[in-house]
Amino acid sequence: MNFSEVFKQSNQLCKVSPDGKYLATCVQYRLVVRDFNSLQIAHLYTCLDPVMHMEWSSDSLFILCAMYKRGLVQVWSLEQPDWHCKIDEGSIGLVSSRWSPDGRHVLNTTEFNLRVTVWSLCTKAVSYIKYPKACQKGVDFTADGRYMALAERRECKDYISVFVCDDWHLLRHFESETQDLAGLEWSPNCCVLAVWDNCLEYKLLLYSLDGRLLSSYSAYEWSLGIKSVAWSPSSQFLAVGSYDEKVRILNHITWKKITEFEHPATIINTKAVVFKEVEKRPVVGSEDLSIHQLTVDNSLFSTQSKYEITQLPAQVPVIKPDPDRANPKIGISALAFSADNRFLATKNGSFQVLSLFWHCSGSSLVLLSKEHICLCYVEAEEEK
Amino acid sequence: FPNPLSSISGISMSPSRQNLHHSLHSTMALPKTSYSVLSAFCTEENISQCIAYINQEVCSLGLTGVSLESKSGSLSAVPVLNLLYEVLQLQRRAQRALHELETQQLKNGSDLEHLQHSNCRLKDQLEHTRRDNSGLHEGERQLQLKIKTLQNWLKSEKEEVQKLQSIISSRATQYNHDTKRKERECTKLKERLNQLLMDKRDKKLSIEISNHVGRSDGKRGLWKTGKMEARHEGEMYKALLSDYETRQRSLMMENSELKKVLQHMKKDMITILSPKKPEPANDSLEQAVSECEEEIGDPSRETLEQSCEQAREQLTNSIRLQWRKLKSHMERLDSQASLVASQEREGEEMMSRKEHEEEMQRMRMELQQCKEFIHMQQQLLQQQLSSPCDEETAALLNDCYTLEEKERLKEEWRLFNEQKRNFERERKNFTEAAIRLGHERKAFEEDRAAWLKTQFLNMTPFVDRKRSALSDSALSVGTEPEAKLQSTPPLVTKSLFSTPKAASVKMPSTADLYRTLHLIPDSRGHGKCQSGEMSTKSRLRNCSTDCSVLSFVRDENSPI
Repeated sequence: MNFSEVFKQSNQLCKVSPDGKYLATCVQYRLVVRDFNSLQIAHLYTCLDPVMHMEWSSDSLFILCAMYKRGLVQVWSLEQPDWHCKIDEGSIGLVSSRWSPDGRHVLNTTEFNLRVTVWSLCTKAVSYIKYPKACQKGVDFTADGRYMALAERRECKDYISVFVCDDWHLLRHFESETQDLAGLEWSPNCCVLAVWDNCLEYKLLLYSLDGRLLSSYSAYEWSLGIKSVAWSPSSQFLAVGSYDEKVRILNHITWKKITEFEHPATIINTKAVVFKEVEKRPVVGSEDLSIHQLTVDNSLFSTQSKYEITQLPAQVPVIKPDPDRANPKIGISALAFSADNRFLATKNGSFQVLSLFWHCSGSSLVLLSKEHICLCYVEAEEEK
Repeated sequence: FPNPLSSISGISMSPSRQNLHHSLHSTMALPKTSYSVLSAFCTEENISQCIAYINQEVCSLGLTGVSLESKSGSLSAVPVLNLLYEVLQLQRRAQRALHELETQQLKNGSDLEHLQHSNCRLKDQLEHTRRDNSGLHEGERQLQLKIKTLQNWLKSEKEEVQKLQSIISSRATQYNHDTKRKERECTKLKERLNQLLMDKRDKKLSIEISNHVGRSDGKRGLWKTGKMEARHEGEMYKALLSDYETRQRSLMMENSELKKVLQHMKKDMITILSPKKPEPANDSLEQAVSECEEEIGDPSRETLEQSCEQAREQLTNSIRLQWRKLKSHMERLDSQASLVASQEREGEEMMSRKEHEEEMQRMRMELQQCKEFIHMQQQLLQQQLSSPCDEETAALLNDCYTLEEKERLKEEWRLFNEQKRNFERERKNFTEAAIRLGHERKAFEEDRAAWLKTQFLNMTPFVDRKRSALSDSALSVGTEPEAKLQSTPPLVTKSLFSTPKAASVKMPSTADLYRTLHLIPDSRGHGKCQSGEMSTKSRLRNCSTDCSVLSFVRDENSPI
């Protein structure tokens, strides 16, 4: 395995273009675009402020750099390096900025979530969407990029607006039956919108594309409710992870629960295989730690870890969260289906995994923590 | 009179019962001892009075009196004996009664004792139970008190819970109200802010762009019109419809597959239920068969009306019915089978037992054989391993395995040595013969040379130079063979005497050897009779030696 040289970056802004040809990194106020294979600098752009957010457009032709402090967004073109675009939100401030799926519109969310401004790069037209809701996931685009669902809150009630991304035409606007909408997500086949309430109430609503309520699901009352939601890639299943450390799977025909998975602290199920990371640190005597050796021998501090299969019943370390604090670190916080619909990865409790996602082939799972990255290769067994 | 009477009455009126026996004995023993006492009662003079008295007494007792014989004033014995007998009877009866009374008295006494004891015991028990009762009462009372207190506590808790719930609900409404109020304030603020910012919009809010970018799909932008809206709606509904259609299609497929499976199942069940062998008293089955046959006609209808509600229901109902029948049939079969199995089990067991036993027998035999074999092996091994008790036998046995070979080897060695000796002898003879032959030849050649010399000298004296040359040449010729002869024997002898190891010495070829030994006829071809004789002799001898020489030579080369 070869390693490239180390490059500087700031704010963890380092993204590969969707077509895989370029790698863009931000170093303070500079945007560096490198060719992915050779890592040679292809383009170098300078922004007016340290970049807080950077995003590739879907067709890999433009890069968006947002500077929240100044309320500025600058868009750079790869084809024409002299082309420039600067969006100034002015005194209204800027909280978040993102591309639309067609790669020609920039959606800026102003401060205090006052409105979402839709800037068009094609026509210089501006559209405003008032009262967007500030919640866990208030905006979602369909997979084909045709529709956008936005959560709004007016007069102490939740509404959902469905826009056509072509021309930002408001297709549907309907009230949501949630108390306090926490998030919404389109199904991969773009026909169903899953809407869930915040953790004070367990409520999951399913709306069809035209705004009709198809079904609602509530597993229990009073205790803390839904924490995370994930659709399966075929849209057949909806996985709901909640604070009671269970994942419930709903099916798309009846929208009823077909199964639920538990995350017990002691794993007894004989079909389960438990991998435990065992760290091996090389033992270093104190007299050996001279500066010379430190600089030369980097391997002194590298820990090698390998994974062992532990015997069942296996005990999973559980850290009890502080019950007085809000948003306790219990429950299913991350869910991910593999691309071939075969596996569901869940993260329960206060493990240090920040995100998990599958490789597009469905054969490996990537776990990211604050300092480490781990790849889990799944071997699919042939079923007789 | 009064004295004897009082004495008698004193006797008859025995006071206490302790003296009863005494008195009885005394009365029984009356005749002997008391006769002297009674003698006072009846004397010769007062017989009639005694009789009168006795009659009185007897009458009071209910017996017939005794009458006096007026004849001689003496008593007739018969009535007196009868009287006496009756009195005795009376006495016996009285005794018996007394006895009974005494036993009764004893019994009563013991009963009385028993009753007294039980009375005491019961009194104690009663006391005890009374005490327990009072204790239990006390406990019950306390428990009642406890219940009361707990109930009170429960009530108070319930009240508290209700209170708290009401508090919670009121607070919840309060919070909701507050949040709503705050949210309204917030929206107002936002509105205000929005307004303010809108006013300033023209100044600051802007987008600077070098030039417009084409749309990602390459089309031109369109105006927002009603047609556009309609188109959007249409597209949306199209997307929904297509999704529903795909879903419906997949469900239909699933449905049809399941229906097919059900049909197959039904057919299978029918075939199972319609038995090939006639079974007695299975009316239900026959009914089922007839029903099934009726229903077989249905599938054709069913396939046509797949979406028909009735057909679906019919199918499911028929399947359910069949399944129930199958279940009952199976249960019946199970019970039958268990019965039959229990009957047949013995027979089967016996059959299998026989085979089983045969197998076992065979295996035992095998086992026995193997064991014996192993035992034998073990014994042999033991003999092997265990060292012999004395050294002599050990020494003797040491090489017992190789004895045969050793004997053979010895034999061969002997033979070998013999042969060796023979060869030595022959070699010696041969060398001697060769030496002799050499000497004889030398002599012969000398003779011949001399003869030739004389011949030449006898020839013409003019050919001196030629003669001398010839003689030189002849001499040389003559000497050549001589030299040859001289050289060859030493060569031969050398070869003969050479050690077996020096096989690298160049051996004369066999042809030369034969030639020198005159075994092969020479090109010169002079042979004298002497030499011929000699040669034949020597040839004969040499033949034998030659063979041995040659064989010896050969043996030299072969490693020994």
